[in-house]
Amino acid sequence: MSDPSSINGGAAVAMVGKDCVAIACDLRLGNQSLGVANNFEKIFNYDHTFLALTGLASDVTTLSEVFRLKTNLYKMREERSIEPETFANLVSSTLYQKRFGPYFIGPLVAGINSLTGKPFVCGFDLIGCIDYAKDFVVSGTATDQLYGMCESLYEPGLGPDDLFETISQAFLSAVDRDALSGWGAVVYVITKDKVTKRLLKTRQD
Amino acid sequence: MDIILGIKLNDSVLIATSKAVTRGISVLKASDDKTRNLGDHSAMAFTGESGDTVQFAEYVQANLKLFSVRQNYELSPKAMASFVRKELATSIRSRKPFQVNVLIGGCDINKETPETSLYWIDYLGTNVELPYAAHGYAAFYALSLLDRHYKPDLNEEEGIKLLQLCNKELSTRMPIDFKGLRVKVINSQGVKEYDDLTAL
Repeated sequence: MSDPSSINGGAAVAMVGKDCVAIACDLRLGNQSLGVANNFEKIFNYDHTFLALTGLASDVTTLSEVFRLKTNLYKMREERSIEPETFANLVSSTLYQKRFGPYFIGPLVAGINSLTGKPFVCGFDLIGCIDYAKDFVVSGTATDQLYGMCESLYEPGLGPDDLFETISQAFLSAVDRDALSGWGAVVYVITKDKVTKRLLKTRQD
Repeated sequence: MDIILGIKLNDSVLIATSKAVTRGISVLKASDDKTRNLGDHSAMAFTGESGDTVQFAEYVQANLKLFSVRQNYELSPKAMASFVRKELATSIRSRKPFQVNVLIGGCDINKETPETSLYWIDYLGTNVELPYAAHGYAAFYALSLLDRHYKPDLNEEEGIKLLQLCNKELSTRMPIDFKGLRVKVINSQGVKEYDDLTAL
């Protein structure tokens, strides 16, 4: 009931395709059963690295700002943007610094390494343990539903358009079975030299 | 069971707050003001633990005033909301957090065309920009009513009409008398205050 990670609700998923990755999140922000906002995006990008943050909305905002600061400092020191793999380790160590008073979030990282061209996705628990995956990662209050949908719809080696279709269908079906998620959704499809953002029409209940 | 409402209109923001101060079974005051101005073109309404509320509001008000005097520059409503959010987000992980929920309405006069905005911030430090907002039990009644009747291009007069509709619904559905609504209208001209909604 007063579990911090399910007060506001929300869900996110990321998938790997052939030379592409996709990451999606819903737009709901609620207070228990009451829907407050339908414009609360949970995906943030730091140049070509994408981060989805589900969980306590206050911590979502706080962490998105913390990582904006850290990636900006990184960029100034290194004179290049942070790569997804490096960013994943940055997320991990930042979360573990708060081991005994954690941020109540479930982050996902997605992106394509600009040097190797390799697609990359991974998930984390709230204290920063990295879950490397070669297919998909899920997070949020619709985690159970997302695992079910992704297990059945996902196949390896999909191109950008097929990957968009797969992630969207999986995400929408999962989110419609969760009372705390939904109210709109966004999907990012990321290839080596292009990022497409699409808003999905969803059920409004 | 305090009521705070906010509605964003085409060129202004309305903020309405209940006038009752309640403790246990008694109504202690019928002319309370649950708002503070954060600058010449923004105001903040607040509810929550009594004691924390005014203390927090005046702390924020004073700090924003200090900033504007030092820098000779008034922060935008968005920046003010961001500041208030951060104060509450740090406070929630402290030994004794502020239990305060706020609405911030303001008009950004530094934009080429003045831009109004309304921010909903709770005691956890959750900050969202909304067309209309409410905190507490009043949200359940007022939001469903506003979902039905709100349009983004309402003028001030139509906005007041909408508030009166909310007032009527809240008076009939809320279990205690909240002693009417005080209203603040914020636009590019500044902040106007009205002692009672029904007099408008």
